[in-house]
Amino acid sequence: MKLKLTTLALGAMMAAGPVMAELVMPSLSYRTGPYAAGGIPFADGYADYFTLLNERDGGIGGVPVRVIECETGYNTEKGVECYESTKGEGALVYQPLSTGITYQLIPKTTADGIPMHTLGYGRTSAKNGNVFSHTFNYPANYWDGASGAVNYLLEENGGDISDKKIALVYHNSAYGKEPIRTLEELSAKHGFELILLPVDHPGQEQKSQWLQIRRERPDNVIMWGWGVMNQVAIQEAANIRFPMENFIGIWWSGGEHDVLPAGAASDGYKALTFHNVGRDFPIFQDIQEYVVDAGKAAGAGDQIGNVLYNRGLYAAMLAAEAVKEAQEIHGTADITPAMMRDGMEALDMTEERMASLGLPNFGPTFTASCENHGGDGMVGVVQWDADSQTWSLISDFAPTDQDVLGPLIKADSQSYAEENNIPAQCE
Amino acid sequence: MFYREAGDFKTSYVDDSQTFPIKFDRYRYYVVLVVAFGIIPFIINDYWANAILLPFLIYAIAAIGLNVLVGYCGQVSLGTGGFMAVGAYACYKLMTAFPEVSMFIHVILAGGITAAVGVLFGLPSLRIKGFYLAVATLAAQFFLVWLFNRVPWFYNYSASGQINAPERDTFGILITGPNASAWATYMFCLIFLTLSAIIARNLTRGTIGRSWMAIRDMDIAAEIIGVNPLKAKLSAFAVSSFFVGISGALFFALYLGAVEVGEAFGIQKSFLVLFMVIIGGLGSIFGSFAGAAFLVLLPVVLKVVGADMLGWPTDIVAHLNLVIVGALIIIFLVLEPHGLAQLWRVAKEKLRLWPFPH
Repeated sequence: MKLKLTTLALGAMMAAGPVMAELVMPSLSYRTGPYAAGGIPFADGYADYFTLLNERDGGIGGVPVRVIECETGYNTEKGVECYESTKGEGALVYQPLSTGITYQLIPKTTADGIPMHTLGYGRTSAKNGNVFSHTFNYPANYWDGASGAVNYLLEENGGDISDKKIALVYHNSAYGKEPIRTLEELSAKHGFELILLPVDHPGQEQKSQWLQIRRERPDNVIMWGWGVMNQVAIQEAANIRFPMENFIGIWWSGGEHDVLPAGAASDGYKALTFHNVGRDFPIFQDIQEYVVDAGKAAGAGDQIGNVLYNRGLYAAMLAAEAVKEAQEIHGTADITPAMMRDGMEALDMTEERMASLGLPNFGPTFTASCENHGGDGMVGVVQWDADSQTWSLISDFAPTDQDVLGPLIKADSQSYAEENNIPAQCE
Repeated sequence: MFYREAGDFKTSYVDDSQTFPIKFDRYRYYVVLVVAFGIIPFIINDYWANAILLPFLIYAIAAIGLNVLVGYCGQVSLGTGGFMAVGAYACYKLMTAFPEVSMFIHVILAGGITAAVGVLFGLPSLRIKGFYLAVATLAAQFFLVWLFNRVPWFYNYSASGQINAPERDTFGILITGPNASAWATYMFCLIFLTLSAIIARNLTRGTIGRSWMAIRDMDIAAEIIGVNPLKAKLSAFAVSSFFVGISGALFFALYLGAVEVGEAFGIQKSFLVLFMVIIGGLGSIFGSFAGAAFLVLLPVVLKVVGADMLGWPTDIVAHLNLVIVGALIIIFLVLEPHGLAQLWRVAKEKLRLWPFPH
C-alpha cells in the first residue's frame, strides 16, 4: 500500500513536474471568410518566423515559442472567444489583424495587463502611449498612410495639388473611416478637393461607386480596402479605364492576390507600405532550410515572399525583438506579459539590428518610448508590375506630415482619456 | 417513471395552471434556478462568462423576442439584427447622456425605444403577409444599419464610427467596461433573461398570447371571432422588439464593449437568431433557450474538439462548422419542424413510461 501511495505521489509529481518555460504567442488569424485572402499569408508569415526561431536558435533566449492559432474569421464575437481562450495560457502579445477586434481589445488588454501590437491598423491615436499604456502601433498608422499618400502626390505634382480632385474609396467600417479626418485636414491645408465613396462590407458590389468616379473624374483615387473589396475595386478601375498609376491603395490593399485577378490591366497600380517587398533577403534562405524543407511551413506553404507574408514575418520579428529587449531588461528568459510591455516600449529598431537578423532595409528605423508607441511613421510606395508579377519599392520610406497628425492624435487620445478617466501613463 | 402526473393532486386553479404543473418538472426547474443563481456566479471565470455564458444568455433573450413574433404570432421577420442595433445604440446614447443612472434603467429604456421602432416597422404587417412581410422587415434591417452608419449623432461623432461602452455600474457594482467582473455581467444578463422568459411565458398563455396564436393559425378566422388584428400584430411587434432591443443593448454594453453596426448587427445576425428559433422550436420558450445554447455552443465545442484536442487546422474546423449548421437546419426542417423543443417533449413522453413502455 505504501509503495502504491509513493508511486502515485511520484506519478503526480512527474505529471505536475517542472513546467517547461515557453513564450506563448497567440495568432488571431483568419483563414476563412471574405478576408481570408489577406489573412492566410499574414498568419503563415507570423507562424513561420517563430518556427524558424525555434528550429534554428531553439527559441528566443533559449526559451521556445509556442504559437496558438485561433480562427476569428474577422468576426468580433469570435475574436472575444479567441482572446478569452488564449489569455489564460500566458499570452505575451496580441495581434488581432482586425481594426474592429482591436477596438474591443484595447480596454480589455489594458485591464488584463497584456500588450497588444496593431501593426499598421487599429486605433491611430494609440500612438500616444501616455493614454494607451498597452497598445502599440509602430512603425506606422493609418493617418501616416493618408499623409504618406498625399505627400507622394505632392512630390509627383511638384508640390502643388490645389487644383486636384482626390477620391477616397473606403470600406464602410471603423477601418475605412480612419483616414477621413486626416484627409479632410490635409485637403484644407493643401487645397485639394476630397470625394468620399463608402463601400459596404464585404465589398463585392462597387458599380455605383466607380460610376461616380467616372462621372466626377478625380485625378487620383486612394483606397482603404481589405479582402475581396480590393480585387473588385481594381477590376472596376480597369473596367472604367481609370489610369492605374493614379490609383493608390493603403498597405492592406497591396497584396499579390489583390492585383492578380485583374491581370495585365492592373499594371502600374500603387500601394503604400511600411516594410520591404519580395524575397530578396538572407532570411528567406533560412526559412527555406529550417522551415520549408523540414516540412514545417504553416498553411499550404505557398505564400512565402508575398507582401502580406512579409508583413506577418515583420510583425513576428518585431515581437521577437521586443521579447529580447524584455529578457535583457528583466534579466530572465521566461518573461511575463508585463515584462513584454516594457520590452515593446524599449524597442529600438536600427539598420544594424535588421541586417543582423537577415532583413537589411526591411522596414524603417524607429525607436519606441513611453510617450511614442507608434514609431516615426515612415511610409513608402510600391508599384505593381503585371509582366514580371512583382511589387517594387518606387519611393523609399519617407516621413509624414507630423504637424497635422500630431495635434489630431493628441486630440483623439485626449478625448478617449477623458471618456474613460485614464491618468497620464508617463511621468 | 419521470414526469408522471399520477399522485400529483391540485386543489386550486392557481396550482393547476402553473407553468410546470408536474412536480418532477417543477423541482427540476428550481434546481436549474439554484444552480444558475447560486452556484455558477461563484465558480465562473472570464472565459466561461465571455465566450459561452454571456452570448448564450443574450442570444436566448433575442430568440425569445423573435419567437414571440415568428413562433407565436406568425409574422416572419428578418429585421432582428436591425432591432438589436436600435437597442445597442439607444443604450449607448443613454449611457453617455446620463452616466449616473443605473444600467438597469438604461437597458429597459433601450428595450422600450426598440419597441417603439418595432411598432413603426410592424405597420406594414397589417397589409402584407408571409414573404412580402419578410421583405419589408429586411428593408428595416438595411435601413437601420445604414442609418447608424450614416448619422454621426448616433455614435457621438467619433472618428471611427464605432461605439464603445464606458464603465457604468448598478448598485455600485461595475457592469460594463473592461474591469467589470465576470460574475457581475453574468448575473446582470441572467436576471434579464429570467425576467424576459417569465414575462414571455405569461404573455403567451394569456389573452394576448391567444390572440397572437389565433392570428398565426388563421388571421381571417381570428378576425371573425373578434380578435383585433391591429392590436394583436402591433403588440406582437412591440413585445418582440422590446426583448430584441434588450438583447441588443446587453450584446453591445456587456458582451462586446465596442460595436461596429455593419459587422455586429448585419443581416447575418438576423439569420442567426432566426436559425436559433427554427432549430430550437417555433412557438416555444424552451425552444428559444435550446436554439441559442445550440448555436452558441456548437462552434466552441467544435473548436475545442477539432482545433485544440485533435490539432486540425483552424480553417478546416471553421468550414466544418458552416457545413454542420447548414446540414442541421435542413435536417430539422425536414425531419422535425418543431425543433429541439419537440424532441424534448417526445423525450419527456418516453421518460414518463420508461422503463415499461407498452
